[in-house]
Formats: sequence, structure tokens, C-alpha cells
Amino acid sequence: MTTTVTERVDRLERMWVERPGVLGWLTTTDHKRIGLLYFWATLVFFGAGGIEALTMRTQLIEPNAHLVGPTLFNELFSVHGMTMIFWFIIPMTTGAFGNYLVPLMVGARDLAFPRLNALSFWIFLASGIFLYVGLFSGNGPNAGWFDYVPLASKVFDPGRNIEIYTLSLILNGISSTLTSANLIVTIFKLRAPGMSFNRMPLFCFAFLAASLGLLFALPSLTADLVFLYLDRNVGTHFFDVAHGGSTLLWQHLFWFFGHPEVYILIVPAFGIATEIIPAFTQRKMIAFPLVAIAELLVVFIGFGVWAHHMFATGLPSTTLIFFAGATAMVVIPSTIQVFAWSTSMIAGRPQFKTPLLFIAGFIFMFVVGGLTGIMFLAIPFDQQTTDTYFVIAHFHYIIFGAAVFPIFGGMYYWFPKVTGKLYFERPGQISFWILMVGTNLLFFPMHIVGLLGMPRRVYTYPANMGWGSYNLVETIGGYITGIGILVLFANLVVSYFRGAPAGHDPWHGPTLEWSIPSPPPEYNFATIPVVSSPYPNWDHGDRERDGKRLAAGEDVHDQGHQQPISALIDGWRVGIADMPHSSPWPILTAFVLCMMATVLVVEKFVVAGFLAIVLLLTLLGWHSKEPQEQ
Amino acid sequence: MKQSGDRIRGARLVVLGGVAFLAAGCGNGQNALQPHSPQAGSIATLWWIMLGVSTFGLAVVVALLVASWFRRDREGRERPATVTVVVLGIAVPVLVIAALFSYSDIFLIRGTSAPSPTSLVAKRALKITVVGHQFWWEVRYPSGDVVTANEIHIPVRTPVVVSVTSSDVIHSFWVPELNRKMDLEPGRTNQVEIYASKAGKYRGQCAEFCGLQHAHMAFYVFADPPDVFARWLRDEARPATRTSQLFLDRCSNCHRIQGTPATAQVGPDLTHVGSRTTLAAGTITNTLAHMEEWIAHPQAVKPGNQMPELHLTDAQVHELATYLEGLK
Repeated sequence: MTTTVTERVDRLERMWVERPGVLGWLTTTDHKRIGLLYFWATLVFFGAGGIEALTMRTQLIEPNAHLVGPTLFNELFSVHGMTMIFWFIIPMTTGAFGNYLVPLMVGARDLAFPRLNALSFWIFLASGIFLYVGLFSGNGPNAGWFDYVPLASKVFDPGRNIEIYTLSLILNGISSTLTSANLIVTIFKLRAPGMSFNRMPLFCFAFLAASLGLLFALPSLTADLVFLYLDRNVGTHFFDVAHGGSTLLWQHLFWFFGHPEVYILIVPAFGIATEIIPAFTQRKMIAFPLVAIAELLVVFIGFGVWAHHMFATGLPSTTLIFFAGATAMVVIPSTIQVFAWSTSMIAGRPQFKTPLLFIAGFIFMFVVGGLTGIMFLAIPFDQQTTDTYFVIAHFHYIIFGAAVFPIFGGMYYWFPKVTGKLYFERPGQISFWILMVGTNLLFFPMHIVGLLGMPRRVYTYPANMGWGSYNLVETIGGYITGIGILVLFANLVVSYFRGAPAGHDPWHGPTLEWSIPSPPPEYNFATIPVVSSPYPNWDHGDRERDGKRLAAGEDVHDQGHQQPISALIDGWRVGIADMPHSSPWPILTAFVLCMMATVLVVEKFVVAGFLAIVLLLTLLGWHSKEPQEQ
Repeated sequence: MKQSGDRIRGARLVVLGGVAFLAAGCGNGQNALQPHSPQAGSIATLWWIMLGVSTFGLAVVVALLVASWFRRDREGRERPATVTVVVLGIAVPVLVIAALFSYSDIFLIRGTSAPSPTSLVAKRALKITVVGHQFWWEVRYPSGDVVTANEIHIPVRTPVVVSVTSSDVIHSFWVPELNRKMDLEPGRTNQVEIYASKAGKYRGQCAEFCGLQHAHMAFYVFADPPDVFARWLRDEARPATRTSQLFLDRCSNCHRIQGTPATAQVGPDLTHVGSRTTLAAGTITNTLAHMEEWIAHPQAVKPGNQMPELHLTDAQVHELATYLEGLK
């Protein structure tokens, strides 16, 4: 019997083994490897965004400082915003966490479209390199991440800075679209038998919500970017008031993307919280269906609130009140979740290890940022504080406190799964407390300077405004935050080399990834698990049955890269698909796309047309060898 | 957790104390918590109410977190608590938010909006126009030919309807102590009402990122007793009595001085520049020395502003500065 199991597992190993060396990484289609590639690339961009932030904070440490001039400062805050949103949080959540964990949680062997997944990563990486080559060559985007026209039009911004902005974001958007489509299909069609929607982990609901949000929000941004590119380089007049265009059109299209985007950034964090809380309280989440619906609703209602970014643009009051009403509604899914998390913590038996500490910190930060967010539905107050540091305080509590703290918590939580090692607990907790103190020192005084009248996006400020001491505290907080992040990663690096072996389930975690070895084998599950609750790893009977099914050779699917396909609603088996092996085409396609973007910066349309043909040829090569034919 | 929760709340009290102190005095003219109009006052009051309610809400959540810390080594309770989530997470927030929405977005929004053109307030209001430029403010008065820059004079206790628009990119007109802000959009005219309850000098600043020198695009509102304001407006309508050939040669492509052949309106109107308190939209105080510095090297004083380096000799700089400072 045992030999049979070993033989089966060996056969799976042989079937799924990855090509060794650098080439293996460049051509991989394994969701775990691509997840790790996303993770490392994203961390580099996080570092860059952090350095930009600290440079700005150092410039603002005192009135009339001269560390950087206005030209560089404007590029810094533009690229900082873009980096943290598009090259850190989105790829870190959907790209790294989603890639690595969603297939494991739904009991699949890979994402639905593995080569497409590789393509998203390489386009993502190319878009980031594209942006930073632009920045270092003195052409960094300089009209803010929101890039309002007419400031971003050719007349007022004649350089190539905005081409870097539009084209890097178009590339990035292609990548995000592919990833979200991939995650949606994976969640819809590759769930393990028995995992109907009411048995799907909340983490997957959150990533489903984020992916749906991205899929429907990004086209609006892409259209906006294409219009801007055409206005600047081809002579169209989408945003040109003198020729019947509209500057507000940019803002509408931008925020129709930009507000759902804010929820897209934090919903994955909600998902991470809903994994860590059950694991460290050893208790199921309270109000599971409410939380699942709230995760989806927050993104859905998020599509109806965009004009609250435009309360001061002179839109008619009726319009403003409508959007304020929608903004009021979007609060409710968030309050549901806040109280579901906190009551679940009380009702269970919480163990305040590092991941749960980060979640407790997250709840605190999210509530502070959420409360100031609610204040913006009061239109007169919004119009008093919009474009001041009060808003910066608000959304950094949300984005750093609520989106990034759970990412840090998640890094600690899944570190044993990914590396097979335990992290060191005490330095982990220390890093949490440094970050908690640092971020509050950094962001809390911003509320006050904002109310004292300090506008956003100023590279310096006068001495007699009463803003200096708050800014000093903020900058100190910024450096403490930086130290906290360094301690956090130093701990993870040391743990990687020195940590004790973790075993497959150090936390007694609730979901399927904890039922397999750490790090997971290439094929993830030797036998496809059968699931009967959203906490499948706690259903010991089910997991024992999986062991017996493996021994009996049931659901092993070792005739190639095989992956069962399930029905949309109830999750039962409807077929078996052959998944592709590693492939050189995704990275080649990404390379050609990036070349196209590069020549478009300098308006070489003929060369771009030629590259478009090359791109088509690449896609032909890609499809010349479909996995079904092997 | 508990200790830190306390520590955080302690820090918060200190910080809030600081805000209250600043709200009470030592103003600098751009403090949203030190309102000098009924409009800004009602917004500030709303803030204090929201702060109070929010602090309570935050305290509830912190209390739950602290409570969970105390439960860390005990057996878990399997009591379902969905009801708690429904009450705290749906019922209470719906009530609080409905109240906030009705109060602020149905009542307060009217009290702080510009009056409708047909209303009595609009009829007796002073109407002025502000045009945003990179990176200064053009201010136009309806009576006479009064055009000035970066300084708005208004009569105290009189509604003033400001029509705002932009000549180039989007700016935002904001005098926090007098009312909420309003964007200046090219091709559109928006309106905002300002009102000063007491005479004084109120600072405003561009609040929408508008390019390199967004940080140096400030202005002042001077609220004066009606007779002082009327005198100022009369003085301001007087054309200049002296002409400078050097000015006409070197500066008149962009600047206007009413009563002289210089009529261009690219840069600020300089007819009474000597009577203003600051130069370059609040960047430096208006003294002869600063005027010389500004004319000699505008790009050093405010890098990226639209005034070019003129490469003048020291003598020319002095002559121009003296002439301009004489234009009271």
C-alpha cells in the first residue's frame, strides 16, 4: 500500500518537476514560483516607493528646506503614489498572495491559465522597469498619480514625463487585467469537489471581489490613458476645453477607476484578516455569510462613489448629494466586517502571535482611517479638507494601516508554508510595535496640519504657519516606520536561514494549504481534496479520507499536468483539463509589448506597427502548441 | 495590547489638546478650526461633533480589542454572536450615518454654498472674479477698472460672491477661515461665497496641484470696514501717474500698468503693486530689496514660475524696483 502511494507521488513529482536554474524561473508557469517572482519584484518597488516617501518627508522636516527642488519633488510624489498602488499593493495582493494562495485554498494545482499568469508577471515587471527607467532618465511622471488635465496636457507638460505615465500604467493595467481574469476563473472553475460558494474560504471571496473590481474598473482608466496619449501625441481633443473637450472627463474616468481601486487595495487585506483571525483564535469567523457578502458589496458599491473625489469641482449639488449618499452606503459593509473581526477575536481564544498582532493593529488603523473617511461624506467638510494633509492622513491610515499591515501579517502567517521554516516570534512582535508607533507618529499629525490649512503636494511651506513641529514629528515617525520595515524583513531573512522546521501545519490553520507539506510540492495536492466546509483543514475526517483516496489512487490525476474542472455554483466535478508546461512565450510576448510601449514614448508609430506584427507572430508561436495536443 | 491601547489613547488626548489650543488662539490666518465666518464656523462645529462621535466609535473598537487580549488564555466560547455584528455593524452605523448625511448634506450644504443668483443675498453681495494662473491669482472688481493680484479686499460683514475660473490649469480657491474651497476649472466658472465676520487678514492658498510652484501660490483676503474698503477701491481705480521707459521696454509684453501704454495682461496687473504686502503670490514680503531680488532673478526666488530671467544690470533692476515700489 505504502509503495503505491510513494510511486504515485513520485510520478506526480516527475510530471510536475520544474526546469532547473534561471531558465526554469524565466519560463515557469507554476503559480507558486510566479507568486514568489511577484513577491520579490514587488518588494523592490516597495523599497523604491519607501525611499521616495522618506525623501519627501526629509524635505518637509522643516519649513523652507532645500533637500530637493520642486521638479524632483513633483516626480517623487507622483511616482510614490503610482508605485505604492500599482507596483506594490495590487501586485503584492493579487499577484503574490493571490497567485500563491488562491489555488492552494481552493484545492487546485495551478491557476486556470498558467501561461497567461506568467505573461501577467512579465508585463508587470516590464511596466515597473519602464516607469523607473523613465524616472532615472529625468522623465518621471510629474503631474501626480491622479494626473489631472490640463496640467498633464502637452501645453503644460511638454516633456516625455506623461508618456511614461500613460504607457507604464497601460502595461500595468494589462497585467492586472490578466491576473484578475485568471483568479476569477480559478475561483469559479477550479474549486475542489464539494467547495460550493458557501464553503469557500473568505480569503477567496475577498480575492474574487478584488479581481472583479479590477476587471471592471481598469477599462475606464485605460480609456482615459489612451485618450490622454492621443491628445498629447496625435492631436485629438478629448480633454481640450478650447476645442469642446472636457477636463472633468479625465476626472470622471479616472475616479470611476480610482475609487473602486481604493477598495480593491484593501479587500485582499480583509481576506488575509479573515484567515489569520480563525487560525489564531481557533474559532470560525462570526457572521460568515455577512462577511462574505460584505467583501463583495464593498467593491460593488465602490463603483458608485467616484464623484466624492470631485466635491470641489463645482458639480451641481444634486449630483454631490447622490454621491455622498452612495458614500454613506459603502460604510456599512466595512462596519459589518470590523465588528465581525473584533467579535470573532473576543469569542475565540486569541493567541497574540505576530500575524494576529498585525491584524489587531490593522483593525485599529482601519477604524481610524474609516472614521475620517465617513467624515468626507459631509460635503461641506469634504470641501474644507480635500487636498489637504487631512486627506493624506485618512488614506494612509487606510492604505498603510489597513492594506499593508495585513500584508505584513500575512507574510509572517504564510512564511512557514512558503519556506518550510518558522520565523522568530520575538523580533516579529518587536517589528509590529515599531511599525505601530512609527506609522501613528507618521500619519496622525497629518490630520492636524491638514486642519491647520496645509495643502497637499507642496514641496515646501512657510515658517509662520504653525506646521513645522507636526511635520518634524511626521518625519521622525517616517524613519521609525522605515526601521520597523527593515526589522521585519531582517527577521524573515534570518528566519529563512536559521528558522526551525515548520512542519506542514504549525498554526493548525483552517484552510487547505495547511493540509499539504511546506513548502508545497509543485503539484500542490497529491489527491484532489473533497471539501465540506469553509474550514476544510479542521474537518479531520475529510482529510483522513483524502489520505485513503490517495492510497486507492482516486483523484490523483497523474497522466500529465491534469487539473479537474468544477461546476460554477456547487463545485462538483465536470471534467479534467490538461494544463500547460513551462513556456518561453509569455516572457517573449511581454518583452515585445514593452518594446512597443518604449517606441510609443517617442512617437515612432511605424516601428510600433512593425512590433505589433511581431507581437502577433509571438502569439501564434504561443498557440502553436496547445497543451491538449501533448 | 491593553497597555498600548492606553498609550495610544493617551497620546491622542495630548494631540487633541494641541488642536484645541491651536483652535483657540495663535492663529496664522489659514486655520480651518479658527473660523471667521458663519460658513466656516458651521463646518468647524461639524468637525468637533464628528470628532466626538468618532472618538466614541474608536473607543468601542479599541475596547473590543483590549477585551480580546484578556481572553487570550481562556477557553473559546462557541456562542454565536451574529446579533452583535448586526447591531454594531449595521443598525448603529446606519443611524449615525443617516444623521450625519441629513445634517451635513441637506442643511449644512445650503448654508455654505454660494447663494443662488436670484436670491436677496446674491443681490446685495459684492461680486468679484478670481482667475487662477500658474502661479498667481488675478482679482477683478466689477466697478471701474480695478484689477489686482494675490490680494483680495472685501468689506467686513458683507456677503461676497467670488466667481472663480482658470486661465490655464486647475487651481483651487481656498480661504479656510472664511469658507470651504472651490476649484478653478478652465472653461467653467464656479462660485463660492466668502464672508468675514470681523476685520482682519486671512490667508488662502491654492489647494489643487497646479505645477512646479503650487507651493507658492498663496493670497490674502483683507476684510476692512466698509468705508476703508470703499476708499481702497477708489484708490485702486486710479490710473498710474508716472511712466517708466525701461518698464515699457522690458516688462510691458506681459504686465499692465493702467494709465500707461503697458496694457498686456499675461502677468499680474502692476498699477498699484507698491501697495501690496507680498510679491510672487505670497512668496516674499513686498520691500524694495525683495522687489530688486525678484526682478533680478525671478527663477531663483520661485523656480519654475512664468516670469523669465531678464538679464538686467543692477542699475536697471534698481530703477525698475524703485519705480514699481512707487506705484502705490
